[in-house]
Amino acid sequence: MELVIAIVIGVLTSCGVLLVLRAHTFAVVLGLTLLSYAVNLFIFASGGLTAGKGAVLGQTDIYADPLPQALVLTAIVIGFAMTAFLVILAIRARAELGNDHVDGDSGSRQHPDKESRL
Amino acid sequence: MSTLLWIVVLPLLASLFATTARHWQRSKLAFAVAAFPALALLLLLPCGPAIFSGEVLRFQAQWLPLIGLNVSLHLDGLSFLFSLLILCIGLLVILYARYYLSAQDSMARFYAFLMLFMFAMLGVVLSGNLLQMWFFWELTSISSFLLISFWSSQSDARKGARMALTVTAAGGLALLAGIVLLGQITGSYELTVVLSKTEQLQQHAAYPVVLLLVLLGAFTKSAQFPFHFWLPNAMAAPTPVSAYLHSATMVKAGIFLLARLYPLLSGTDLWFLTVTLTGLATLLVGAYFALFQHDIKALLAYSTISHLGLIVLLLGLDTDLAAVAAIFHLINHAIFKASLFMTAGIIDHETGSRDMRKINGLWKYMPVTATLAMVASASMAGVPLLNGFLSKEMFFTQTLHQEILGSLSWLIPLLATVAAIFAVAYSARFIHDVFFNGEPIGLTHTPHEPPRYMRVPMEILVAFCVLVGVFPQWFIGDLLTQASAAVLGTEVPEYSLALWHGLNIPLLMSVLAMAGGIVLYINRKHLFLFQAGFTEQAAIYRFDQLLQRFEQGCRRVTARVDNGSYQRFAGVMLLLVLLFSGAPLLELSSLKGNRPALETDPLLMAGAAILCIAAIATVLTIRQRLLSLVMISVVGLMVSLAFVRFSAPDLALTQLSVEVVTVVLLMLGLYFLPHKSVKQSSPGHLVRDLTLATAMGVVIGSLAFAMLTNQTDTIAGYFLQNAKTGGGGTNVVNVILVDFRGFDTLGEITVLGIAALGIFKMLTGIPRFMAGADGEGRRWALDPHPLLLAVVSQALLPLALLVSVYIFFRGHNMPGGGFVAGLITAVAMILQYVAQGVDWVKPRLKVEYSTLIALGILCAAGTGVASWLFDKPFLTSWFDYFELPLIGTIELASAMVFDLGVYLTVVGSTLLILANLGKVTTRYRPMHKEQL
Repeated sequence: MELVIAIVIGVLTSCGVLLVLRAHTFAVVLGLTLLSYAVNLFIFASGGLTAGKGAVLGQTDIYADPLPQALVLTAIVIGFAMTAFLVILAIRARAELGNDHVDGDSGSRQHPDKESRL
Repeated sequence: MSTLLWIVVLPLLASLFATTARHWQRSKLAFAVAAFPALALLLLLPCGPAIFSGEVLRFQAQWLPLIGLNVSLHLDGLSFLFSLLILCIGLLVILYARYYLSAQDSMARFYAFLMLFMFAMLGVVLSGNLLQMWFFWELTSISSFLLISFWSSQSDARKGARMALTVTAAGGLALLAGIVLLGQITGSYELTVVLSKTEQLQQHAAYPVVLLLVLLGAFTKSAQFPFHFWLPNAMAAPTPVSAYLHSATMVKAGIFLLARLYPLLSGTDLWFLTVTLTGLATLLVGAYFALFQHDIKALLAYSTISHLGLIVLLLGLDTDLAAVAAIFHLINHAIFKASLFMTAGIIDHETGSRDMRKINGLWKYMPVTATLAMVASASMAGVPLLNGFLSKEMFFTQTLHQEILGSLSWLIPLLATVAAIFAVAYSARFIHDVFFNGEPIGLTHTPHEPPRYMRVPMEILVAFCVLVGVFPQWFIGDLLTQASAAVLGTEVPEYSLALWHGLNIPLLMSVLAMAGGIVLYINRKHLFLFQAGFTEQAAIYRFDQLLQRFEQGCRRVTARVDNGSYQRFAGVMLLLVLLFSGAPLLELSSLKGNRPALETDPLLMAGAAILCIAAIATVLTIRQRLLSLVMISVVGLMVSLAFVRFSAPDLALTQLSVEVVTVVLLMLGLYFLPHKSVKQSSPGHLVRDLTLATAMGVVIGSLAFAMLTNQTDTIAGYFLQNAKTGGGGTNVVNVILVDFRGFDTLGEITVLGIAALGIFKMLTGIPRFMAGADGEGRRWALDPHPLLLAVVSQALLPLALLVSVYIFFRGHNMPGGGFVAGLITAVAMILQYVAQGVDWVKPRLKVEYSTLIALGILCAAGTGVASWLFDKPFLTSWFDYFELPLIGTIELASAMVFDLGVYLTVVGSTLLILANLGKVTTRYRPMHKEQL
């Protein structure tokens, strides 16, 4: 079981990293979403895997570790806010610059005169 | 003594009040703002008798006890004196500024900054804890920055403000280091404790380091040579600010610090030499350059530098009464210099110029102002019967008694006399050039006396110059004794404040200074010619050049790593992550640990397979974006199922509802982004990225496996044991969120709210661009809101709201809570937008989402603050059980109010983001005010 989860986390990380390195904003957004799934699962797994025993007192004899769950719960919600921020940034960038390249200009990948735009 | 707390907090309230009173009538606003410090003064004065009998009043409350940071207020003679100066001169400046600022200036903004400064300054002088004092110290730098740059459209105001902030904040950092070291050595940050460890500190090896760091902080703040250059450039501030901050109060903060730590740091040769020589250099440099300034305010600024140097020099002398003289001169300087700055402001206000080459002969036009100014500058020059004379005499006396420079000690009284000659000369110039010396040149209108009440603050201050000058003992004798006692930490030696001490050397020095000054002024042409020979660049340009060079250097370093390409940058960062997370794995002999493994079942295998396939499919279909989106939502769904499978119902509920809003968000995103993308990466890049991605996957997967199979001790036991007894809930996850780690959650919902507001800001005024068709050229559906969906969603709404209420209330004991309930409510509302359209929802839902966010955060923070009312630390929770007829036992907990705050913030943020993004497609799109 542990091996399966570890593989899942690994696959999610790989896919996420690959997408994060793409040149279009939408792919980067999806990549970060995949990465946050991976990170959430990873943190969740740090408490050890427990099947069929929640963290509600009085219902079972042993309990799952509640702390990683609490950490991940807020991480999920913040993750949504972060994704939303990125999506809107991408939309605004396209509206202002007319393309959806991560560097704000389609085509050329070299920007010798980057400083003048700062 | 919560009176002390009120004295500090009242100006802060005034500042908050001023921000909300933009549209008040000017005089009314001035009176309303002045009421706060006036009240603080009324609270302070009754403390006088206790202070004069040698008592120390204190107020203490815990803040961060773990690092030794307490809210600690300490009122003794020294802080009483400073508070008195800050409040009294502050009140006069409020009145003065009412007439000084023009109709175009935002008075509310000015008063808000000014009161913020007063709050900070009172905080500095009343602090009984060094860390807390440092906090206020930095706040004075920041509020001074805001005040100097008040006319932010002027370039010299911005530059001056930046320079002042850079210098004083850099000094502030040094001071922080010094304070932390001091705390390490003495074991406490409490003033009373620290001050009792003099021997321990002075014998410690790190004493010189501590001393130099603290002195750096004090010298930068009090504009001591060679850090003095920021003060003349801060003169770009409105004149009330110069009168208040840059002559009477803020620049005295450094001196206050030296005086406060005097018993602790002074007494060593290192102290005597550094402080004396710095003070001496500043005294001379300031006095010399003051004479050559053509701008009245610049003259006053250099004179201020010189007088600050004089006070610092006194604090560095090894004689009995040097500290008393220092405090005495500090009071006198605050009084006469503030009134002189006010004169400069009046002249500027009435003539439109501050250039002494243009404004001459004003005596004829404003005789009253001129008389007042002449009295004040005579005090500055040290003319008898005025307060400046007394402290200068005391200063001369002390310079004669010191033995700091050994056989060269006679140099100090000599140089002091030289500085005094220059002081007389520049004071003479101020009087003669401005009020006599011919007629004004090139003024646009005839100057006249200022409005009646603009002169009142000056009149009061000048009256004090005379009263203190003639009846010193009667007016400030007690105050001076108590303040000096607080500085020395011991009994104050006998001294006399009489006007006449007989014919002695100090009197001779004074006479010499008077005569020499007048002679120097009459022959000033030669000196001016000599000085004109130096073609020196202004300090501000040199400073700017230095900053620019520094910035360029930083940029060159950055450019080596980051050439502006995001992909490269992300690649480098990920590579670093890979190295850092991979390295520890090399030290591990085997990944597999000893934790008993769970059974694998086919269902789980199938789920994992689907998840992996969907993730890979997301990558493969990335160029057909809609398809990719479908794939990633499958991943999200499977992750939620994984949470269900591994005993995390709260997470599953949250993930599921976040999944819904995320997909809606990404769909909306797709509407505005291209639907397909062309292939852009070259094969070489693809191979590189694939390698990096695979390596990352392998490393992170292995780490996860190692972590999962190794038994570790966790702190879960504590939470499980105390959730019911300490937090009153059986759902431990929820109790952690709203109780144990409530402060974290408060931070997180704040971040959520900020993100939502940031998004809203980015959406306002977005240029209109819209695809009329999808990527393949198909038109959008003609019926955007199908009837079936509309009917179903309407029926679902009350049901969904009911569910969210249920989930909210059971959250403390069963899976659920504010986060999940908020998301469910948000989803139900979003569904209405999707099914019915903005036109339908807008008139029916009159809620400002941003208000909802604010309410939520206030609600959560308010729960935390409420525990202070019961003398408990921030966010202490409370719960109890009640018997109700028919219903039975119910539990009420403060954590539920906190959870309500979480709920409101989540609903507000989610809707603010999605509803506004959706509105961009309609005629309700968010716009800037000016576009409406």
